[in-house]
Amino acid sequence: MYRYDEHDLRLVQERARQFRDQVARRLSGALSEEEFRPLRLQNGLYIQLHAYMLRIAIPYGLLSSAQLRKLAHITRTYDRGYGHFTTRQNLQLNWVRLEDVPTILDELASVEMHAIQTSGNCVRNVTSDPFAGVARDEDVDPRPYCELLRQYSTFHPEFAYLPRKFKIAVTGSRHDRAAIAVHDIGLRAVRDATGGIGFEVFVGGGQGRTPVLATCIRTFLPERHLLSYTEAILRVYNQLGRRDNIYKARIKILLNELGAAELTRRVEEEHARIADDEGLVLTDDEIQRVARHFEPAVYEQLEASPTIDGLVLGKDRTLARWVEANVVGHRTPGYAIVQISLKSERLPPGDATHAQLDAVADLADRYSFGRAVVTHRQNLVLTDVKISDLAALHADLARVELASPNVGRVTDIVACPGLDYCDLANARSIPVAQDVAARLRSLETEQDLGPITLNISGCINACGHHHVGNLGILGIDKLGEEFYQLTLGGDHTETAAIGKILGPSFAATEIAGAVERAVRAYLALRTDRSETFLAVVRRVGPAPFKEAVYGAHSTPTQRTAA
Amino acid sequence: MALIRRRLSAPLREPRSSDYEVVDTDAWLAIADDAALPAGDVIVSLSRFRAERELLAQRGARIGVRIPNDTAPDVLAELASSVSLLAIELPTQRDGRAYTVARWLRQRFGFRGELRAVGKVVRDQLSYLARVGFDAFELSRGSAHDALASFDELSVHYQASSDQPLPLWKRAARG
Repeated sequence: MYRYDEHDLRLVQERARQFRDQVARRLSGALSEEEFRPLRLQNGLYIQLHAYMLRIAIPYGLLSSAQLRKLAHITRTYDRGYGHFTTRQNLQLNWVRLEDVPTILDELASVEMHAIQTSGNCVRNVTSDPFAGVARDEDVDPRPYCELLRQYSTFHPEFAYLPRKFKIAVTGSRHDRAAIAVHDIGLRAVRDATGGIGFEVFVGGGQGRTPVLATCIRTFLPERHLLSYTEAILRVYNQLGRRDNIYKARIKILLNELGAAELTRRVEEEHARIADDEGLVLTDDEIQRVARHFEPAVYEQLEASPTIDGLVLGKDRTLARWVEANVVGHRTPGYAIVQISLKSERLPPGDATHAQLDAVADLADRYSFGRAVVTHRQNLVLTDVKISDLAALHADLARVELASPNVGRVTDIVACPGLDYCDLANARSIPVAQDVAARLRSLETEQDLGPITLNISGCINACGHHHVGNLGILGIDKLGEEFYQLTLGGDHTETAAIGKILGPSFAATEIAGAVERAVRAYLALRTDRSETFLAVVRRVGPAPFKEAVYGAHSTPTQRTAA
Repeated sequence: MALIRRRLSAPLREPRSSDYEVVDTDAWLAIADDAALPAGDVIVSLSRFRAERELLAQRGARIGVRIPNDTAPDVLAELASSVSLLAIELPTQRDGRAYTVARWLRQRFGFRGELRAVGKVVRDQLSYLARVGFDAFELSRGSAHDALASFDELSVHYQASSDQPLPLWKRAARG
């Protein structure tokens, strides 16, 4: 993984010192809250319902065991002993004190981490494929390009006060595990006929109250222009993006108002001016220098047995179920990619306790070269586990309640913190996630529901990515009461789609039942077990689901405005 | 009005406090549209500059123009080659258009005169403003002497910008 050199390290140390001074000036009154706000936001520090919330950057989701242990220590020392992994591969602490934040930043700097630009109207943490470097379908490892973008965008002087936040995701695989279609810039690294690396460039995707899938504006951008083209997009956006209404300020709105052709023309025009600027053009040497940080692990030559399929068919049914749901084939024989579910019965989705963070660090050291990855579905991944170690790893995970066999299944629910924590939320997300999971857990075990993504957002800002869940739940406020809309057919992958609202919203006590009826409708409609939930939705459309969900259960009160 | 300006002797490079000074007596006078033109260097609005361009040129003093942060590129191009100072208005801390305007003035239009940040200018923006090409800052509040320290807070700059044509990886040996 990327290791800081003296410059990277000095920068995060200086940043911690700078923020310490800004906090001191805020506490002394020298800075007003209005003046402090954009400064703290550039550092991922929000004021939430009950306390400050600090969002720690995890660039492209990659963590070393030492970093995991430091995060465990920070949650234990400065928070309440747990953290929340987000849909952008970051970690949030929900109970920090303003006075402690500079010290937390010092602690983070000591393990080459920071909270820079995890919030604010600037370029945010660059996210990527959690299977990067080990996926079988990967054409190009996206991580070196993510790191180049991280450095390029860190404290970029021109783009610290954009019209709105700006999110970039990069993948290098045919299957999109980075949700690039719902980012301001989505990049897919590809190879041309001669093996040269370039990017398909997508612009203007996003969720929130106006969900939009990104538009491809370049089919092959040579890798040396990664930064110059990004700069051209950012400059056009900084100049033309709307600033009169924060709900219309994302680049997706600019793209819609100008039209894709005109936006592309302006970006290309700006790019033509700067494409050969020596301050922006990448060289092979620089790309190679960064790529060397992501060399593959030194794998052992392993026997062909055991196999993942063998374990799935094995006598230990608990292990088999876990392997089937959570373990994915690796490009190196004898190894497997292990997904650790953070969706258990006890904790809110995406939460991990300090003891669990420490345990994952130990298991990463023991089984997976000391590395772990955060996914945008709020789980963790150990990317390089020997298949022969899977049984032992499973037992170790079970001891710390991290062996839920549900990754990609309907109880692997993605949820934002919702009204339990968030200042913006209209409704709670966590209790709904827990209700739905409790209701569907036994059905999932009995029926093999296969892959179903279920996402919950507590408000229209859509941090829980409900628009792209196969099933999406959106919390809304109706005259002070929490209601929930159900959407159907969303998809965050290479076949991305925005889910459609199925019908009138449900009260908090009724939404879990509605989800169960939708899932039972799928069971009745599928031709066989190989036909996934999403495939059925695409084949039959919403009508049978609507009938199943609303049929006998609708009442006049639910039929009021959605 | 507290004014901070890059020293004339300072080389063009990334921000550091020793390259900047607090200016007590500014040679430039900001002139309202309805005020008479005094002798000496003046900063006028864009509309006054357009209306009285010849008169201003005949005075034998330097001309500065105050422009909004959404001034169109063709106007920037025209001004870049005809005035000695451009003062760009920052309406709020959050509105970042002035940063792109400054980059364009320096790189695209080759403006060599003084680029002054006016309006809502706070100390925590100075380093970013300096990097994109501003060399003078009318601080909207707080002590200008204290604010000088902000130029030294971060000494590592990954990107090229108006102050530095090369990115860090072309300037330094990297690991």
